[in-house]
Amino acid sequence: MMSIQVSAVLIVAAILFVLGFIGVLTRKNILFMLISVEIMLNAAGLAFVAASAKWQQADGQVMFLFILAMAAAEVSVGLALVLQIYHQYKTLDIEKLNALKDE
Amino acid sequence: MNNLLAYIPAFPLLGFLVLSIAGRKMSKNLVALTGAGTICISAIISLVIAAGFISSPPTEGFISTSVWHWFTLSDFIVNIGLRADALSVVFIFIITFVGALIHIYSAEFMRHDEDYARFFASMNLFVCSMLLLVLADNLVLLYLGWEGVGLCSYLLIGFWFKEPTNNHAANKAFLITRIGDTAMLIGLFLIFHNLRTLNIQEILLLAPQNFSTGSSEITLIALLLLAGGMGKSAQVPLQTWLPDAMAGPSPVSALIHAATMVTAGVYLVARMNAVFALSPLAMSIVAVVGAVTLLLAGCSAMVQSDIKRILAYSTISQIGYMFLALGVGAWTAAIFHFFTHAFFKALLFLAAGVIIESLHHEHNIFRMGGLKKSMPVVFVTFLAGAAALAALPLVTAGFFSKDPILWYAFSSEKGNAWLWMTALLGAFLTAFYTTRLMIVVFWGEAKTAIGHHPGKAMIIPLIILAILSVTAGFVEWPHNMIHLTLFSDLLHQQLPEVALKPDLPAESLFQLIAALTTFAGIALGYMLYYRKTYLATSWLQSPSVAGVHNLFKSGWGFDHFYRAVFVQPFLFITRINRTDFFDRIYDGIASLNIQLNRFLSLSQNGSLRWYVVGVLAGALFIITLQLLL
Repeated sequence: MMSIQVSAVLIVAAILFVLGFIGVLTRKNILFMLISVEIMLNAAGLAFVAASAKWQQADGQVMFLFILAMAAAEVSVGLALVLQIYHQYKTLDIEKLNALKDE
Repeated sequence: MNNLLAYIPAFPLLGFLVLSIAGRKMSKNLVALTGAGTICISAIISLVIAAGFISSPPTEGFISTSVWHWFTLSDFIVNIGLRADALSVVFIFIITFVGALIHIYSAEFMRHDEDYARFFASMNLFVCSMLLLVLADNLVLLYLGWEGVGLCSYLLIGFWFKEPTNNHAANKAFLITRIGDTAMLIGLFLIFHNLRTLNIQEILLLAPQNFSTGSSEITLIALLLLAGGMGKSAQVPLQTWLPDAMAGPSPVSALIHAATMVTAGVYLVARMNAVFALSPLAMSIVAVVGAVTLLLAGCSAMVQSDIKRILAYSTISQIGYMFLALGVGAWTAAIFHFFTHAFFKALLFLAAGVIIESLHHEHNIFRMGGLKKSMPVVFVTFLAGAAALAALPLVTAGFFSKDPILWYAFSSEKGNAWLWMTALLGAFLTAFYTTRLMIVVFWGEAKTAIGHHPGKAMIIPLIILAILSVTAGFVEWPHNMIHLTLFSDLLHQQLPEVALKPDLPAESLFQLIAALTTFAGIALGYMLYYRKTYLATSWLQSPSVAGVHNLFKSGWGFDHFYRAVFVQPFLFITRINRTDFFDRIYDGIASLNIQLNRFLSLSQNGSLRWYVVGVLAGALFIITLQLLL
């Protein structure tokens, strides 16, 4: 099996994380923002897996499973919220959904 | 007998509790029975105890009982302990006996008042407090009674609280006596600081051991106690509340503002006689305060037109005599004058109450007139009281009590000719204004029609008090006449005798002068108000006499003076300091918080992006911090 440099994997993870973050910051649609958050979570998971491979420890793999489970839960809750928001406001534009501010 | 002592204040207290809890639901007869009945029971018990004191004096000179343990502060224990010696017995006798008569009178007098139960509840509480005051064996309990009577005085002056002026009078009485009370409280603290006790007997015992005669501490203590007495007893310069206190019902004036409460100051000074005896300066001040008061109040009484105000000024003046007697060391003479004064002044107030009621609440004596024929019983009783007030020689109680004061004002070691002459002038004024009052009210032609005549419950107390006003003096005769001194024999168990100057002129000479002065005052009053009434009216036309008249009538302008010196500056300060300086500090803290809140709430703008940026900035900040440190 071809061995891959850990540092390369970490760079890929960092790029993914930054991409996800830029997505959260720039996207207007809540759905796309959720997807961006998923990308960030996966970047973190990738970093865990890489670390686990480097030190030959199972902890990283376990952590990745946790992240997977948490991401599933987060998506289910997030999507339910998105559906409700759409029902109420007929829009998913984050710019317009700013009712939670100090009057 | 010891066991009976606690019941004397207990019955009025019981009456107060019953009336204040259930009074509204009780019928008027039941209220009167409770209110007057409890005091009558107390009066009977007091009579039993007083009779016991006279027939078989207790070996130690007092009886005492400890009712309850009140509180303990480390080694300082205060008990609710009652102690009756000769001095207290005289006071409880007057308080309960005169009190009972006044309560019986009130049962009819207040009959048509809607707050019948409230009246009797307050009166009972007053009697209870006053009895605690004179029976207390320690100064803390005495102070409780002292404040209790002040409270009841306030409640009863403002009894008809729907009239704003009555409330002002009540407030004035409360505030001015409070000045004295505060001074007295400081005096109590000083006593405790120096002697570590507030038990009266221990103080009287320890004071001569711990203080040298005339030392500044004992003088200060004595003067502070005196200030308390001056407030309660309406002595110059704290006398201004008493004339206004006449806003209360007449029985209240008779009981509280003539017979009992206003003599609490006399009791206090007499009770602390060992303390005052240690300070010659304080004694002189007591005498001078009394002399000045009796003269100023006598002048004011001459020109008033409200019957109750005349009697109020006369009360101030007579208490001035008592203070004068205390100041020259004639302790028993002061208490004897209190004893007779309680009868005749209560009588005068009650009779005045009858007159005022019968004439449709008319207070002005110049609109009365001619009551001699239409109200013969009131006339005769009022005459007895007025004769006692004027100290008509030999036939009235007032003479027997006032004559020793005049004599001791001169003959005591602490007395002098000035005090005597002031007292003599006061006696002249007293005779004059009493004659004026009698003639204007009872002679001449009737100016107001009589509404209704008083009933038995009001007349009988008047008759009893009138008999006592004449006869109460016979228990104590001047030394040079008949050797009968029951009263001073009783009191000398408690109070020291007067130290006389050597080489005195004959006492009978002074009695003659006093008697002549009284007759001169009566003659002047008779001339000005009966024979030649045009003289008085023509004098009042001249501006200088009218000026003096107005000065006297306003009580020497004390009210104006206090208003200008204390009330106005105080109001001025409150006005300029309306926005309080200290409030500014707290206002500043509050507005700073509001500003901060505005600033922080800017960040909560509802835009999710900004929040994410905030999270990023925070995370970056923490990571940078981690890397740098």
